[in-house]
Amino acid sequence: MIELKNVSIVFGQGTVNENKALNNINLKVKEGDFITIIGSNGAGKSTLFNTIAGTYLPSEGQIFANDKNVTRDPEYKRAKYIGRIFQNPLLGTAGNMSLEDNMTITHKKGMKWLRRSLNNKTREIFRQELVQLKMGLEHRMKENLVMFSGGQRQALTLLMMVLSKPSLILLDEHTAALDPKNAEIVLELTNKFISEYKLTGMMITHNMTHAIEFGNRLLMMDGGEIIFDIEGEAKKALTVEKLIQKFHELRHKTFENDRTLLAED
Amino acid sequence: MIEGIFVEGLIYGIMVLGVFISFRILDFPDLTVDGSFPLGAALMVQCLLSGMNGWVALLVAFAGGVLAGVATALIHNHLRVPNLLAGILTMTMLYSVNIRILGNRANVPILDQPTILKQVTEKFTGIIPDEYILLVFFVIVALVVKVLLDLFFRTDLGMTLGAMGNNEQMVISQGVNPKTLKTIGVGLSNGLVAISGAFAAQYLGFADVGLGQGIIVSGLASVMIGEFLMLKSNRIGVLTFCALAGSICFYAVMYVGRFYGYVIHMTPSDLNLIKGVLIIVLLIMTQAKKLKVPFKVAK
Repeated sequence: MIELKNVSIVFGQGTVNENKALNNINLKVKEGDFITIIGSNGAGKSTLFNTIAGTYLPSEGQIFANDKNVTRDPEYKRAKYIGRIFQNPLLGTAGNMSLEDNMTITHKKGMKWLRRSLNNKTREIFRQELVQLKMGLEHRMKENLVMFSGGQRQALTLLMMVLSKPSLILLDEHTAALDPKNAEIVLELTNKFISEYKLTGMMITHNMTHAIEFGNRLLMMDGGEIIFDIEGEAKKALTVEKLIQKFHELRHKTFENDRTLLAED
Repeated sequence: MIEGIFVEGLIYGIMVLGVFISFRILDFPDLTVDGSFPLGAALMVQCLLSGMNGWVALLVAFAGGVLAGVATALIHNHLRVPNLLAGILTMTMLYSVNIRILGNRANVPILDQPTILKQVTEKFTGIIPDEYILLVFFVIVALVVKVLLDLFFRTDLGMTLGAMGNNEQMVISQGVNPKTLKTIGVGLSNGLVAISGAFAAQYLGFADVGLGQGIIVSGLASVMIGEFLMLKSNRIGVLTFCALAGSICFYAVMYVGRFYGYVIHMTPSDLNLIKGVLIIVLLIMTQAKKLKVPFKVAK
Protein backbone atom coordinates (compact mmCIF):
# COMPACT_ATOMS: atom_id res chain seq x y z
CA MET A 1 0.00 0.00 0.00
CA ILE A 2 2.08 2.89 1.29
CA GLU A 3 5.73 2.44 2.00
CA LEU A 4 8.25 4.92 3.38
CA LYS A 5 11.93 4.15 2.81
CA ASN A 6 14.53 6.04 4.87
CA VAL A 7 12.43 9.16 4.89
CA SER A 8 13.81 12.21 6.65
CA ILE A 9 12.44 15.71 6.89
CA VAL A 10 14.68 18.57 7.90
CA PHE A 11 13.29 22.03 8.47
CA GLY A 12 15.50 25.06 8.03
CA GLN A 13 18.40 23.05 6.62
CA GLY A 14 21.72 24.78 7.14
CA THR A 15 20.41 27.37 9.57
CA VAL A 16 20.76 27.64 13.34
CA ASN A 17 17.18 26.49 13.65
CA GLU A 18 17.80 23.26 11.77
CA ASN A 19 15.31 20.74 13.01
CA LYS A 20 15.08 17.13 12.04
CA ALA A 21 11.35 16.52 12.25
CA LEU A 22 11.54 13.02 10.85
CA ASN A 23 14.62 10.89 11.18
CA ASN A 24 15.10 7.98 8.82
CA ILE A 25 11.58 6.60 8.93
CA ASN A 26 10.89 3.16 7.49
CA LEU A 27 7.27 2.19 7.49
CA LYS A 28 5.16 -0.19 5.50
CA VAL A 29 1.41 0.15 5.72
CA LYS A 30 -0.29 -3.03 4.59
CA GLU A 31 -3.70 -3.20 3.01
CA GLY A 32 -6.39 -3.37 5.68
CA ASP A 33 -4.17 -2.04 8.46
CA PHE A 34 -5.64 0.39 10.95
CA ILE A 35 -2.69 1.97 12.69
CA THR A 36 -2.94 4.20 15.73
CA ILE A 37 -0.07 6.58 16.42
CA ILE A 38 0.82 8.08 19.78
CA GLY A 39 3.58 10.36 20.93
CA SER A 40 3.99 13.67 22.70
CA ASN A 41 3.91 17.04 20.96
CA GLY A 42 6.80 17.48 18.59
CA ALA A 43 7.30 13.75 18.18
CA GLY A 44 6.73 14.05 14.43
CA LYS A 45 3.27 12.51 14.12
CA SER A 46 1.73 15.30 12.10
CA THR A 47 4.91 15.70 10.06
CA LEU A 48 4.67 12.01 9.21
CA PHE A 49 1.12 12.56 7.93
CA ASN A 50 2.11 15.68 6.03
CA THR A 51 4.90 13.70 4.40
CA ILE A 52 2.64 10.82 3.42
CA ALA A 53 -0.01 13.21 2.10
CA GLY A 54 2.52 15.27 0.15
CA THR A 55 2.25 18.59 1.99
CA TYR A 56 5.97 18.29 2.74
CA LEU A 57 8.33 16.70 0.30
CA PRO A 58 10.95 14.58 2.08
CA SER A 59 14.51 15.88 2.37
CA GLU A 60 15.75 12.33 2.00
CA GLY A 61 14.24 8.96 1.22
CA GLN A 62 11.43 7.70 -0.93
CA ILE A 63 7.72 7.11 -0.68
CA PHE A 64 5.87 4.41 -2.58
CA ALA A 65 2.13 4.08 -3.06
CA ASN A 66 0.89 0.82 -4.56
CA ASP A 67 4.51 0.12 -5.58
CA LYS A 68 4.73 3.38 -7.49
CA ASN A 69 7.28 5.99 -6.51
CA VAL A 70 5.32 9.07 -5.47
CA THR A 71 8.08 10.88 -3.58
CA ARG A 72 7.81 14.00 -5.75
CA ASP A 73 4.05 13.98 -6.33
CA PRO A 74 2.30 17.10 -5.02
CA GLU A 75 -0.43 16.86 -2.43
CA TYR A 76 -3.37 17.22 -4.81
CA LYS A 77 -2.20 14.25 -6.88
CA ARG A 78 -1.82 11.99 -3.87
CA ALA A 79 -5.17 13.18 -2.56
CA LYS A 80 -6.83 11.07 -5.24
CA TYR A 81 -6.08 7.95 -3.23
CA ILE A 82 -5.33 9.39 0.21
CA GLY A 83 -8.17 10.78 2.29
CA ARG A 84 -7.30 13.04 5.14
CA ILE A 85 -9.13 14.55 8.09
CA PHE A 86 -7.69 17.35 10.14
CA GLN A 87 -8.09 18.33 13.73
CA ASN A 88 -9.87 21.52 12.65
CA PRO A 89 -13.38 20.39 11.69
CA LEU A 90 -13.76 23.36 9.35
CA LEU A 91 -10.96 22.28 7.00
CA GLY A 92 -12.85 19.46 5.34
CA THR A 93 -15.88 21.35 4.10
CA ALA A 94 -16.74 24.70 2.53
CA GLY A 95 -18.83 26.65 5.05
CA ASN A 96 -20.43 29.11 2.66
CA MET A 97 -21.90 26.35 0.51
CA SER A 98 -24.86 24.08 1.05
CA LEU A 99 -24.55 20.50 2.21
CA GLU A 100 -25.59 19.09 -1.15
CA ASP A 101 -23.10 21.30 -2.99
CA ASN A 102 -20.35 20.11 -0.67
CA MET A 103 -21.25 16.52 -1.31
CA THR A 104 -21.31 17.11 -5.05
CA ILE A 105 -17.74 18.36 -4.89
CA THR A 106 -16.47 15.62 -2.62
CA HIS A 107 -18.24 12.48 -3.77
CA LYS A 108 -15.78 12.01 -6.58
CA LYS A 109 -12.11 12.92 -6.57
CA GLY A 110 -10.19 14.64 -9.31
CA MET A 111 -10.64 17.68 -11.53
CA LYS A 112 -14.20 18.83 -12.11
CA TRP A 113 -15.49 20.04 -15.45
CA LEU A 114 -18.60 21.64 -16.83
CA ARG A 115 -20.92 18.79 -15.94
CA ARG A 116 -23.69 19.33 -13.49
CA SER A 117 -23.81 16.16 -11.42
CA LEU A 118 -26.17 17.49 -8.76
CA ASN A 119 -29.62 16.30 -9.76
CA ASN A 120 -32.51 14.51 -8.11
CA LYS A 121 -30.86 11.14 -8.54
CA THR A 122 -27.57 12.08 -6.86
CA ARG A 123 -29.50 14.06 -4.26
CA GLU A 124 -31.33 10.87 -3.31
CA ILE A 125 -28.03 8.97 -3.09
CA PHE A 126 -26.57 11.67 -0.85
CA ARG A 127 -29.67 11.63 1.32
CA GLN A 128 -29.40 7.89 1.86
CA GLU A 129 -25.73 8.14 2.72
CA LEU A 130 -26.43 10.91 5.22
CA VAL A 131 -28.91 8.70 7.08
CA GLN A 132 -25.93 6.61 8.24
CA LEU A 133 -24.73 9.52 10.38
CA LYS A 134 -27.98 9.44 12.40
CA MET A 135 -27.77 13.20 12.85
CA GLY A 136 -30.84 14.18 10.87
CA LEU A 137 -28.66 15.93 8.30
CA GLU A 138 -30.60 14.31 5.45
CA HIS A 139 -33.33 16.89 6.10
CA ARG A 140 -30.95 19.83 5.96
CA MET A 141 -29.32 19.35 2.57
CA LYS A 142 -30.00 22.89 1.37
CA GLU A 143 -28.53 24.53 4.46
CA ASN A 144 -25.14 26.17 4.48
CA LEU A 145 -22.50 24.36 6.48
CA VAL A 146 -21.74 27.40 8.66
CA MET A 147 -25.03 26.55 10.36
CA PHE A 148 -23.71 23.13 11.39
CA SER A 149 -21.76 22.28 14.53
CA GLY A 150 -18.11 21.24 14.49
CA GLY A 151 -19.09 17.67 15.32
CA GLN A 152 -21.58 17.53 12.48
CA ARG A 153 -19.08 18.96 10.04
CA GLN A 154 -16.40 16.50 11.12
CA ALA A 155 -18.81 13.58 10.81
CA LEU A 156 -19.75 14.87 7.38
CA THR A 157 -16.12 15.19 6.32
CA LEU A 158 -15.60 11.62 7.42
CA LEU A 159 -18.61 10.38 5.47
CA MET A 160 -17.69 12.30 2.34
CA MET A 161 -14.13 11.05 2.53
CA VAL A 162 -15.25 7.45 2.90
CA LEU A 163 -17.62 7.80 -0.07
CA SER A 164 -14.75 8.81 -2.33
CA LYS A 165 -13.20 5.40 -1.55
CA PRO A 166 -9.60 6.35 -0.76
CA SER A 167 -7.03 3.57 -0.44
CA LEU A 168 -5.57 5.16 2.69
CA ILE A 169 -7.13 7.47 5.23
CA LEU A 170 -5.14 9.74 7.55
CA LEU A 171 -6.91 10.91 10.68
CA ASP A 172 -4.96 13.65 12.42
CA GLU A 173 -6.52 13.87 15.89
CA HIS A 174 -9.80 14.37 14.15
CA THR A 175 -11.82 14.31 17.37
CA ALA A 176 -9.55 16.53 19.47
CA ALA A 177 -11.42 19.77 18.76
CA LEU A 178 -14.83 18.30 19.54
CA ASP A 179 -16.67 18.06 22.83
CA PRO A 180 -16.59 14.60 24.48
CA LYS A 181 -20.03 13.58 23.26
CA ASN A 182 -19.40 14.54 19.64
CA ALA A 183 -15.91 13.08 19.80
CA GLU A 184 -17.45 9.79 20.88
CA ILE A 185 -19.94 9.85 17.99
CA VAL A 186 -17.31 10.69 15.38
CA LEU A 187 -14.97 8.03 16.73
CA GLU A 188 -17.71 5.42 16.61
CA LEU A 189 -18.50 6.39 13.04
CA THR A 190 -14.82 6.15 12.18
CA ASN A 191 -14.63 2.66 13.55
CA LYS A 192 -17.83 1.66 11.80
CA PHE A 193 -16.75 3.01 8.41
CA ILE A 194 -13.30 1.49 8.64
CA SER A 195 -14.66 -1.99 9.29
CA GLU A 196 -17.63 -1.64 6.93
CA TYR A 197 -15.69 -0.32 3.96
CA LYS A 198 -12.52 -2.28 4.82
CA LEU A 199 -10.41 0.86 4.78
CA THR A 200 -6.71 1.14 5.41
CA GLY A 201 -6.11 3.90 7.88
CA MET A 202 -3.78 5.70 10.23
CA MET A 203 -4.98 7.65 13.23
CA ILE A 204 -3.06 10.04 15.47
CA THR A 205 -4.44 10.27 18.96
CA HIS A 206 -3.38 11.63 22.32
CA ASN A 207 -5.66 9.19 24.02
CA MET A 208 -3.76 6.02 24.93
CA THR A 209 -6.91 4.08 25.70
CA HIS A 210 -8.19 4.80 22.19
CA ALA A 211 -4.83 3.96 20.72
CA ILE A 212 -4.98 0.56 22.34
CA GLU A 213 -8.67 -0.05 21.76
CA PHE A 214 -8.75 0.82 18.06
CA GLY A 215 -6.84 -0.69 15.20
CA ASN A 216 -4.59 -3.67 14.72
CA ARG A 217 -1.26 -1.91 14.98
CA LEU A 218 0.24 0.79 17.17
CA LEU A 219 3.17 3.11 16.55
CA MET A 220 4.84 5.20 19.20
CA MET A 221 6.84 8.16 18.02
CA ASP A 222 9.40 10.36 19.72
CA GLY A 223 11.93 12.85 18.42
CA GLY A 224 11.04 12.19 14.80
CA GLU A 225 11.49 8.43 15.07
CA ILE A 226 9.18 5.49 15.34
CA ILE A 227 10.40 4.00 18.59
CA PHE A 228 7.85 1.27 19.06
CA ASP A 229 5.81 -0.70 16.52
CA ILE A 230 3.49 -3.41 17.72
CA GLU A 231 0.67 -5.31 16.01
CA GLY A 232 -1.72 -8.22 16.14
CA GLU A 233 -2.07 -10.27 19.30
CA ALA A 234 0.76 -8.46 21.05
CA LYS A 235 -1.07 -5.17 20.61
CA LYS A 236 -4.27 -6.60 22.04
CA ALA A 237 -2.42 -7.46 25.23
CA LEU A 238 -1.26 -3.87 25.72
CA THR A 239 -2.36 -1.71 28.62
CA VAL A 240 -1.73 1.95 29.34
CA GLU A 241 0.73 1.04 32.10
CA LYS A 242 2.68 -1.23 29.78
CA LEU A 243 2.87 1.51 27.18
CA ILE A 244 4.22 4.05 29.65
CA GLN A 245 6.73 1.55 30.93
CA LYS A 246 7.79 0.72 27.40
CA PHE A 247 8.37 4.36 26.63
CA HIS A 248 10.50 4.69 29.74
CA GLU A 249 12.56 1.65 28.81
CA LEU A 250 13.12 2.83 25.28
CA ARG A 251 13.87 6.45 25.93
CA HIS A 252 15.27 6.43 29.46
CA LYS A 253 13.35 9.54 30.22
CA THR A 254 10.36 10.08 32.42
CA PHE A 255 7.02 9.86 30.88
CA GLU A 256 5.41 11.80 33.68
CA ASN A 257 5.58 15.12 31.87
CA ASP A 258 3.96 13.59 28.88
CA ARG A 259 1.32 11.86 30.86
CA THR A 260 -0.88 14.91 30.71
CA LEU A 261 -0.48 14.98 26.95
CA LEU A 262 -1.12 11.31 26.48
CA ALA A 263 -4.30 11.40 28.48
CA GLU A 264 -5.22 8.02 29.83
CA ASP A 265 -8.90 8.30 29.33
CA MET B 1 -30.52 61.02 -18.34
CA ILE B 2 -31.97 58.15 -16.36
CA GLU B 3 -31.40 55.68 -19.23
CA GLY B 4 -27.82 56.94 -19.46
CA ILE B 5 -27.25 55.94 -15.84
CA PHE B 6 -28.62 52.47 -16.43
CA VAL B 7 -26.66 51.94 -19.64
CA GLU B 8 -23.45 52.99 -17.93
CA GLY B 9 -24.25 50.88 -14.88
CA LEU B 10 -24.91 47.82 -17.03
CA ILE B 11 -21.82 48.24 -19.25
CA TYR B 12 -19.60 48.52 -16.20
CA GLY B 13 -21.79 45.88 -14.53
CA ILE B 14 -20.12 43.22 -16.66
CA MET B 15 -16.80 44.39 -15.25
CA VAL B 16 -18.30 44.32 -11.75
CA LEU B 17 -19.30 40.68 -12.30
CA GLY B 18 -15.67 39.95 -13.17
CA VAL B 19 -14.44 41.71 -10.05
CA PHE B 20 -17.07 39.86 -8.03
CA ILE B 21 -15.71 36.53 -9.28
CA SER B 22 -12.11 37.29 -8.38
CA PHE B 23 -12.67 39.12 -5.10
CA ARG B 24 -15.65 37.32 -3.67
CA ILE B 25 -15.81 33.84 -5.16
CA LEU B 26 -12.11 33.10 -5.61
CA ASP B 27 -10.90 35.30 -2.76
CA PHE B 28 -8.16 36.44 -5.14
CA PRO B 29 -7.75 40.23 -5.03
CA ASP B 30 -6.88 40.75 -8.66
CA LEU B 31 -5.61 44.13 -9.80
CA THR B 32 -5.12 43.01 -13.40
CA VAL B 33 -8.54 44.57 -14.00
CA ASP B 34 -7.00 48.04 -14.29
CA GLY B 35 -5.10 46.78 -17.31
CA SER B 36 -7.53 44.29 -18.82
CA PHE B 37 -10.36 46.83 -19.05
CA PRO B 38 -8.48 49.16 -21.43
CA LEU B 39 -7.06 46.04 -23.11
CA GLY B 40 -10.61 45.05 -24.06
CA ALA B 41 -11.28 48.59 -25.26
CA ALA B 42 -8.07 48.74 -27.29
CA LEU B 43 -8.62 45.35 -28.92
CA MET B 44 -12.20 46.28 -29.82
CA VAL B 45 -11.18 49.57 -31.40
CA GLN B 46 -8.30 48.10 -33.38
CA CYS B 47 -10.39 45.18 -34.61
CA LEU B 48 -13.15 47.54 -35.73
CA LEU B 49 -10.62 49.79 -37.47
CA SER B 50 -9.26 46.79 -39.36
CA GLY B 51 -12.79 46.10 -40.60
CA MET B 52 -13.64 43.14 -38.42
CA ASN B 53 -17.19 42.30 -37.46
CA GLY B 54 -18.15 43.78 -34.10
CA TRP B 55 -19.13 40.48 -32.50
CA VAL B 56 -15.91 38.79 -33.61
CA ALA B 57 -14.04 41.77 -32.19
CA LEU B 58 -15.87 41.21 -28.91
CA LEU B 59 -14.61 37.62 -28.86
CA VAL B 60 -11.07 38.86 -29.52
CA ALA B 61 -11.40 41.28 -26.62
CA PHE B 62 -12.67 38.48 -24.37
CA ALA B 63 -9.76 36.24 -25.38
CA GLY B 64 -7.31 39.08 -24.68
CA GLY B 65 -8.77 39.56 -21.22
CA VAL B 66 -8.58 35.83 -20.49
CA LEU B 67 -4.92 35.81 -21.49
CA ALA B 68 -4.20 38.76 -19.20
CA GLY B 69 -5.87 36.93 -16.31
CA VAL B 70 -4.03 33.72 -17.10
CA ALA B 71 -0.74 35.67 -17.06
CA THR B 72 -1.50 36.97 -13.57
CA ALA B 73 -2.48 33.51 -12.34
CA LEU B 74 0.67 31.95 -13.81
CA ILE B 75 2.90 34.58 -12.20
CA HIS B 76 1.16 33.98 -8.88
CA ASN B 77 1.17 30.17 -9.14
CA HIS B 78 4.60 29.44 -10.46
CA LEU B 79 6.76 32.23 -9.11
CA ARG B 80 4.98 32.23 -5.73
CA VAL B 81 4.36 35.94 -5.99
CA PRO B 82 1.53 37.22 -3.75
CA ASN B 83 -1.65 37.59 -5.80
CA LEU B 84 -1.81 41.37 -5.33
CA LEU B 85 1.69 41.84 -6.67
CA ALA B 86 1.08 39.45 -9.57
CA GLY B 87 -1.91 41.57 -10.59
CA ILE B 88 0.05 44.80 -10.34
CA LEU B 89 2.82 43.31 -12.49
CA THR B 90 0.44 42.30 -15.27
CA MET B 91 -1.44 45.58 -15.02
CA THR B 92 1.78 47.58 -15.38
CA MET B 93 2.90 45.52 -18.36
CA LEU B 94 -0.53 45.84 -19.96
CA TYR B 95 -0.18 49.62 -19.98
CA SER B 96 2.61 49.31 -22.54
CA VAL B 97 0.84 46.52 -24.39
CA ASN B 98 -2.31 48.62 -24.69
CA ILE B 99 -0.41 51.55 -26.20
CA ARG B 100 1.17 49.13 -28.66
CA ILE B 101 -2.24 47.76 -29.61
CA LEU B 102 -3.50 51.27 -30.14
CA GLY B 103 -0.62 51.88 -32.57
CA ASN B 104 1.62 53.85 -30.19
CA ARG B 105 -1.14 56.25 -29.39
CA ALA B 106 -2.82 56.86 -26.07
CA ASN B 107 -6.24 57.56 -27.52
CA VAL B 108 -7.92 56.27 -30.67
CA PRO B 109 -11.44 57.38 -31.66
CA ILE B 110 -13.91 55.16 -33.53
CA LEU B 111 -16.59 57.68 -34.23
CA ASP B 112 -17.24 56.58 -37.81
CA GLN B 113 -16.87 52.80 -37.34
CA PRO B 114 -19.85 50.43 -37.52
CA THR B 115 -19.83 49.42 -33.86
CA ILE B 116 -22.21 46.84 -32.44
CA LEU B 117 -24.09 49.61 -30.74
CA LYS B 118 -24.59 51.53 -33.99
CA GLN B 119 -25.77 48.39 -35.80
CA VAL B 120 -28.25 47.66 -33.04
CA THR B 121 -29.50 51.24 -32.99
CA GLU B 122 -29.99 51.20 -36.77
CA LYS B 123 -31.85 47.91 -36.69
CA PHE B 124 -34.30 48.85 -33.98
CA THR B 125 -34.80 52.50 -34.73
CA GLY B 126 -38.51 53.16 -35.11
CA ILE B 127 -39.45 49.96 -33.27
CA ILE B 128 -38.30 51.14 -29.85
CA PRO B 129 -37.91 54.85 -28.96
CA ASP B 130 -34.34 55.77 -29.84
CA GLU B 131 -33.21 56.67 -26.35
CA TYR B 132 -34.26 53.28 -25.02
CA ILE B 133 -32.64 51.07 -27.67
CA LEU B 134 -29.27 50.92 -25.93
CA LEU B 135 -30.91 50.47 -22.56
CA VAL B 136 -32.88 47.43 -23.76
CA PHE B 137 -29.79 46.10 -25.53
CA PHE B 138 -27.60 46.32 -22.46
CA VAL B 139 -30.27 44.89 -20.19
CA ILE B 140 -30.29 41.86 -22.47
CA VAL B 141 -26.47 41.65 -22.68
CA ALA B 142 -26.05 41.95 -18.91
CA LEU B 143 -28.76 39.36 -18.29
CA VAL B 144 -27.22 36.91 -20.76
CA VAL B 145 -23.83 37.27 -19.06
CA LYS B 146 -25.44 36.94 -15.62
CA VAL B 147 -27.45 33.83 -16.53
CA LEU B 148 -24.42 32.18 -18.19
CA LEU B 149 -22.38 32.85 -15.04
CA ASP B 150 -25.15 31.48 -12.83
CA LEU B 151 -25.21 28.31 -14.92
CA PHE B 152 -21.43 28.05 -14.82
CA PHE B 153 -21.28 28.33 -11.05
CA ARG B 154 -23.79 25.53 -10.72
CA THR B 155 -21.64 23.07 -12.62
CA ASP B 156 -19.16 20.87 -10.77
CA LEU B 157 -16.28 23.07 -11.90
CA GLY B 158 -18.06 26.25 -10.83
CA MET B 159 -18.89 24.83 -7.43
CA THR B 160 -15.31 23.72 -6.93
CA LEU B 161 -14.16 27.26 -7.74
CA GLY B 162 -16.50 28.51 -5.03
CA ALA B 163 -15.20 25.95 -2.58
CA MET B 164 -11.61 26.98 -3.29
CA GLY B 165 -12.31 30.60 -2.39
CA ASN B 166 -13.75 29.35 0.86
CA ASN B 167 -11.39 26.53 1.77
CA GLU B 168 -8.38 25.79 -0.39
CA GLN B 169 -7.37 22.75 1.65
CA MET B 170 -10.69 21.09 0.88
CA VAL B 171 -10.12 21.44 -2.85
CA ILE B 172 -6.60 20.03 -2.57
CA SER B 173 -7.99 17.11 -0.56
CA GLN B 174 -10.35 16.40 -3.44
CA GLY B 175 -7.41 15.84 -5.75
CA VAL B 176 -7.92 19.09 -7.65
CA ASN B 177 -4.99 21.35 -8.41
CA PRO B 178 -5.88 24.77 -6.97
CA LYS B 179 -3.45 26.39 -9.42
CA THR B 180 -5.55 25.20 -12.35
CA LEU B 181 -8.68 26.50 -10.70
CA LYS B 182 -7.14 29.90 -10.04
CA THR B 183 -6.01 30.13 -13.66
CA ILE B 184 -9.52 29.34 -14.89
CA GLY B 185 -11.20 31.70 -12.45
CA VAL B 186 -8.93 34.70 -12.88
CA GLY B 187 -8.95 34.17 -16.65
CA LEU B 188 -12.75 34.17 -16.75
CA SER B 189 -12.91 37.22 -14.52
CA ASN B 190 -10.59 39.25 -16.73
CA GLY B 191 -12.35 38.04 -19.86
CA LEU B 192 -15.54 39.62 -18.55
CA VAL B 193 -13.70 42.81 -17.64
CA ALA B 194 -12.33 43.02 -21.18
CA ILE B 195 -15.83 42.56 -22.65
CA SER B 196 -16.98 45.41 -20.45
CA GLY B 197 -14.07 47.52 -21.70
CA ALA B 198 -14.95 46.67 -25.30
CA PHE B 199 -18.53 47.87 -24.83
CA ALA B 200 -17.35 50.96 -22.96
CA ALA B 201 -15.10 51.89 -25.90
CA GLN B 202 -18.04 51.64 -28.29
CA TYR B 203 -20.28 53.63 -25.99
CA LEU B 204 -17.71 56.36 -25.44
CA GLY B 205 -16.58 56.35 -29.06
CA PHE B 206 -12.89 55.91 -28.30
CA ALA B 207 -10.33 53.73 -26.55
CA ASP B 208 -7.93 55.33 -24.12
CA VAL B 209 -5.09 53.76 -22.14
CA GLY B 210 -6.30 55.70 -19.11
CA LEU B 211 -9.76 54.11 -19.22
CA GLY B 212 -8.84 51.52 -16.66
CA GLN B 213 -7.42 53.86 -14.08
CA GLY B 214 -9.11 53.16 -10.76
CA ILE B 215 -11.57 50.76 -12.38
CA ILE B 216 -10.84 48.12 -9.75
CA VAL B 217 -11.94 50.57 -7.06
CA SER B 218 -15.17 51.26 -8.94
CA GLY B 219 -15.74 47.53 -9.32
CA LEU B 220 -15.09 46.83 -5.69
CA ALA B 221 -17.29 49.73 -4.58
CA SER B 222 -20.10 48.41 -6.78
CA VAL B 223 -19.76 44.89 -5.38
CA MET B 224 -19.87 46.28 -1.86
CA ILE B 225 -22.88 48.49 -2.53
CA GLY B 226 -24.67 45.47 -3.98
CA GLU B 227 -23.86 43.40 -0.93
CA PHE B 228 -24.88 46.20 1.36
CA LEU B 229 -28.21 46.94 -0.25
CA MET B 230 -29.36 43.42 -0.86
CA LEU B 231 -30.34 40.50 1.26
CA LYS B 232 -27.59 38.24 2.44
CA SER B 233 -27.92 35.11 0.38
CA ASN B 234 -25.75 32.36 -0.94
CA ARG B 235 -27.60 31.72 -4.14
CA ILE B 236 -25.33 32.60 -6.99
CA GLY B 237 -28.27 34.09 -8.93
CA VAL B 238 -28.95 36.56 -6.13
CA LEU B 239 -25.27 37.39 -5.74
CA THR B 240 -24.73 38.19 -9.41
CA PHE B 241 -27.93 40.23 -9.40
CA CYS B 242 -26.62 42.17 -6.39
CA ALA B 243 -23.39 42.87 -8.24
CA LEU B 244 -25.28 44.30 -11.22
CA ALA B 245 -27.62 46.32 -9.02
CA GLY B 246 -24.64 47.61 -7.05
CA SER B 247 -23.00 48.69 -10.28
CA ILE B 248 -26.08 50.65 -11.36
CA CYS B 249 -26.28 52.36 -7.95
CA PHE B 250 -22.58 53.18 -7.99
CA TYR B 251 -22.63 54.66 -11.47
CA ALA B 252 -25.77 56.61 -10.59
CA VAL B 253 -23.84 58.22 -7.74
CA MET B 254 -20.92 58.94 -10.08
CA TYR B 255 -23.29 60.35 -12.71
CA VAL B 256 -24.84 62.70 -10.21
CA GLY B 257 -21.37 63.67 -9.05
CA ARG B 258 -20.29 64.46 -12.62
CA PHE B 259 -23.34 66.50 -13.56
CA TYR B 260 -24.33 68.19 -10.34
CA GLY B 261 -21.00 68.24 -8.54
CA TYR B 262 -20.42 71.84 -9.64
CA VAL B 263 -23.03 72.91 -7.09
CA ILE B 264 -20.54 72.10 -4.36
CA HIS B 265 -17.57 73.14 -6.55
CA MET B 266 -16.61 69.54 -7.30
CA THR B 267 -14.62 68.81 -10.44
CA PRO B 268 -14.46 65.48 -12.32
CA SER B 269 -10.99 64.98 -10.92
CA ASP B 270 -12.50 64.74 -7.46
CA LEU B 271 -14.40 61.60 -8.42
CA ASN B 272 -11.59 59.23 -7.47
CA LEU B 273 -11.55 60.75 -4.01
CA ILE B 274 -15.32 60.29 -3.81
CA LYS B 275 -14.96 56.63 -4.87
CA GLY B 276 -12.42 55.97 -2.15
CA VAL B 277 -14.47 57.75 0.50
CA LEU B 278 -17.52 55.79 -0.64
CA ILE B 279 -15.69 52.50 -0.06
CA ILE B 280 -14.52 53.62 3.36
CA VAL B 281 -18.05 54.65 4.33
CA LEU B 282 -19.38 51.30 3.09
CA LEU B 283 -16.74 49.44 5.10
CA ILE B 284 -17.68 51.36 8.24
CA MET B 285 -21.36 50.71 7.67
CA THR B 286 -20.77 46.98 7.10
CA GLN B 287 -18.71 46.81 10.28
CA ALA B 288 -21.48 48.56 12.19
CA LYS B 289 -24.00 46.13 10.72
CA LYS B 290 -21.90 43.16 11.81
CA LEU B 291 -21.46 44.52 15.33
CA LYS B 292 -25.16 44.99 15.69
CA VAL B 293 -26.16 41.40 14.99
CA PRO B 294 -24.78 39.60 18.08
CA PHE B 295 -26.16 42.43 20.20
CA LYS B 296 -29.62 41.76 18.90
CA VAL B 297 -29.25 38.04 19.46
CA ALA B 298 -28.13 38.66 23.02
CA LYS B 299 -31.30 40.57 23.76
